[in-house]
Order: sequence, then C-alpha cells, then structure tokens
Amino acid sequence: MTDDEIKALYLRELHKIAPEVELGEIDPAVDLREQIDLDSMDILNLAIAIHEATGVDIPEADYPQMTSLNGCVAYLHSRTR
Amino acid sequence: MADFLMPSLGADMEAGTVLQWLVKPGDAVKRGDIVAVVDTEKATIEVEIFQTGVIQKIVVPEGEKVPVGTLLAVLAVDGEAVAAAPEAKRAEHAPVVPAPAAPTPPAPARVVAKPAPEPAAPHRARISPLAMRVAMELKVDLATVKGTGPEGAITKADVERAAKAPSAPTPAPAVAAPKPAVAPIDRSATMRKAIAAAMARSKREIPHYYLGTHVDMSKAMAWIQAENLKRPVAERLLYSVMLLKAVALAVHEIPEMNGYWIDGAFKPSEAVHVGVAISIRQGGLIAPAIHDVDKNSLSEIMVSLRDLVKRVRAGVLRSSEIADATITVTSLGDEGVETVFGVIYPPQVALVGFGKIVERPWASGAMVGARPVMMASVSGDHRASDGHRGALFLAAIERLLQAPEKL
Repeated sequence: MTDDEIKALYLRELHKIAPEVELGEIDPAVDLREQIDLDSMDILNLAIAIHEATGVDIPEADYPQMTSLNGCVAYLHSRTR
Repeated sequence: MADFLMPSLGADMEAGTVLQWLVKPGDAVKRGDIVAVVDTEKATIEVEIFQTGVIQKIVVPEGEKVPVGTLLAVLAVDGEAVAAAPEAKRAEHAPVVPAPAAPTPPAPARVVAKPAPEPAAPHRARISPLAMRVAMELKVDLATVKGTGPEGAITKADVERAAKAPSAPTPAPAVAAPKPAVAPIDRSATMRKAIAAAMARSKREIPHYYLGTHVDMSKAMAWIQAENLKRPVAERLLYSVMLLKAVALAVHEIPEMNGYWIDGAFKPSEAVHVGVAISIRQGGLIAPAIHDVDKNSLSEIMVSLRDLVKRVRAGVLRSSEIADATITVTSLGDEGVETVFGVIYPPQVALVGFGKIVERPWASGAMVGARPVMMASVSGDHRASDGHRGALFLAAIERLLQAPEKL
C-alpha cells in the first residue's frame, strides 16, 4: 500500500468511528486520543477496521503506534514490508 | 386493552417527541418489539413495547411532543383481540377505533406467532432514526430526499446532502410543511439541561457517602493481555469489561447497592443491569445499561459494550437500556484521571467509579515492587446503605478482580 492509500483508509475508518470530526483538521503527527478525544473503544474499533481492510494482524501491544495518522502509516509499512 | 404510554427514559426525561411509528393499527406486536422511535433531550430512542397484542389505535401522531405518561397508543392484549382478530370481538372494539385515517386496512387475521417484518415497511420510506432526527433538525422534507442506503434507505448523509443542495424545492416549502410541534433541536443544549436536572435532583435528594480504595490490577491485566494474545483483533476484550463483571458479581454479595430508591423505600433489583457512563464527544454523556451483566461472559459483555458505544455515538438507543440500569459504572481512566467520585443517577442508589491504571510502588509480603494500580470508588446512597456495607462492596470488587479467570 502507498502512504496515500493508508492515509485514505485510516481517515475513512476514523470518519466511521467519529463522524463529527472534521478530517481536514486532523494533525497527522499528533495522538488522536488528545486531538479528538478518542477512547480505548475507539482505538480498538480502528484496529479492527484496519485489520479487516489490510489483513495485518495488530497485536494489542502495538495499538499505541496507531493512534496518530503518521504513526499508523509507519507501523503498517513496517508490518507489510 | 392496554395503554402504551410515553415511557420515562431516565430520571432526566420530562417529555419526548414521537419521531416515527414502526407499527400501525392492526399490527401484531410482542413483548420487546420496537414499536416507535422517540426523541428525548439526550438521544433518539427506539421504544420497545412490554406487552404482546395487537395495536388498536395510534393516539399521538408522528412529530408530536408529549409529556412522559401520555397515552401514545392503545393495544389489544393477547387474549382479547388476538383470538378475536378475524371478526368475532371486532365489534366490541369498534368504538375504540375511530378509523384512524384511511390508509390502514383492517388487520388481515394475523397469526401472532409470526409478527413478520413486512407490515411496517411498505407505507413509508426506509429511514434510520438518526437520519430522521437530522432531517428534523435541518428542516429537510423527507419526501424530497433520495435514499442511497441499503434498499433505498435514506441515510444521514442523504439528508445532509439534501439540506445543502440549493437545488429543487427543498428549502422554502419544507419549512412550511413540517408538523407543527417539531422545533429544531439543539442537542447539546437540551442534553445539558437534562443532565443538570438529574444531577441537581441527585444532589438535592440523595445523601451521598463516598469510599475509595486502591486495587492491584497486576493479575487482571496479565490475564487479559494473555487472553487477548489468543484472540483475533475483533474478539479482543477491553479491561473495562472485567470491571463491569466484577461490579455485577459484587452486587450479589451486597444487594443494597443494586436497585432503586422509590417513594421513600429501597427496592432491590433481582436483575443486575449495569449502566455504563459513555461520553458523547460533542458534549454530554449518557449511561445506558448492559443487561444481566452478572450472568454473561466477558466476551458477551464486550459485544454488548461495543454495540452500546456504537449506538450512543450514533445517537440511537433502545428504551429498555436507557430506563432500567440498576447501578452505574463510570470509568475515566482513558482521560488520565486517577480518581472519580461520581454523582448517583436517581433513582439508583450507587455509582462505582474507576480511574486510570498507573504503575505504583506496591508493598506485598515485605517486598516493594511496581504494580499497575487502579483507584476504585463507590458513591452510595446513605438512605439505602451505610458506609460499612459500601466498604464490603468495594472489598468484594477488589477481591473479584484478583481472580480474573473466574469472572
């Protein structure tokens, strides 16, 4: 997957979890839990959605790496390489 | 005959707006069926009916706001009309049914065992309660909206698109058309008001006592991490389900924590329906119940919790889960807070609070080590219980969390 594809996927799934969030205002470098008040249930749902879309199994211990847009891109690259 | 009334969906509800009827006169309903969609200050609620029978008459039309307790519909309960449906007793009931409008054909002798899904559908466009609420808020005439969802259902996005589209006849006539009682709803303001009313009542009427204790979470966290390693992503557990189960089981030992204070007396509840305080990102919170937490496995509780959070965020809940929590749990650990002493949600008599799990030095067996530690608290209604019983309750929660595999 390209960076753009991962970003598009991430934002699409984020929109499903938090439809009220303006995706254009997301800072890709900042933890979403601080930015838009995501909780552990949201993060779990994000992990499930990304797993279902990419087939990448995401161990629970790796969730923290997925809580920002840039972090998720880096993480998925490291897992799919 | 039975009356179907506007239910009280929580201590903070005074009135509700009937957004949509999912049944029409003649339809057979059974206990637990969702028959109407009602908008309250806090959420859109799918209202279940608690009797089995046949709808005789719809009293309050869609779009009307009425106080709690208002007659919404009349139901012929099982024995009466069901046996009678074809013709026999129909005459007896006739005066009660002043032919509501034209389009409702007399119920074609329906077999009660099969309240098939077809009856409600054909005479209205498919639309989700959320989309309907948004349509009311944006004053969009649904007749002008083209549905793009499954089977042509109108989705929230469709409504928003229609609201924005400067196109066809939407704006002007739509404003003139809608049913009179419905004003656009500022959800966060009305929710604030509802919370204010319930919490003010709680602090006015309930003499709270507060207890807190530190719980060693090392066994619980080790267990759940090992458990989650075995599970595919979609079936993993959040540790909060262990907390909910521990509370539900502890209630068996100290039943004074579970139930309602009504009319000057404590009414214990057999069932343990745990209300879960779920924040709504746009502001406010709601505490719908997960039913029978004491009887369900952690996996089952997790499924219920996920479903509940999803529906809270979408703004659509069911009447039973809104109205019948017997004790509430609030967990602010995700927000980084270590201690929470909550306000009891009347008429309940206890609220359990959990804070963040933090690494702390912990002395045990003359050794000090770092352990994950969580503050658990209980706010108790002093009319229903005393601090001593509250302390035993908290101790039971702590003890149960030391044997996570048994939860």
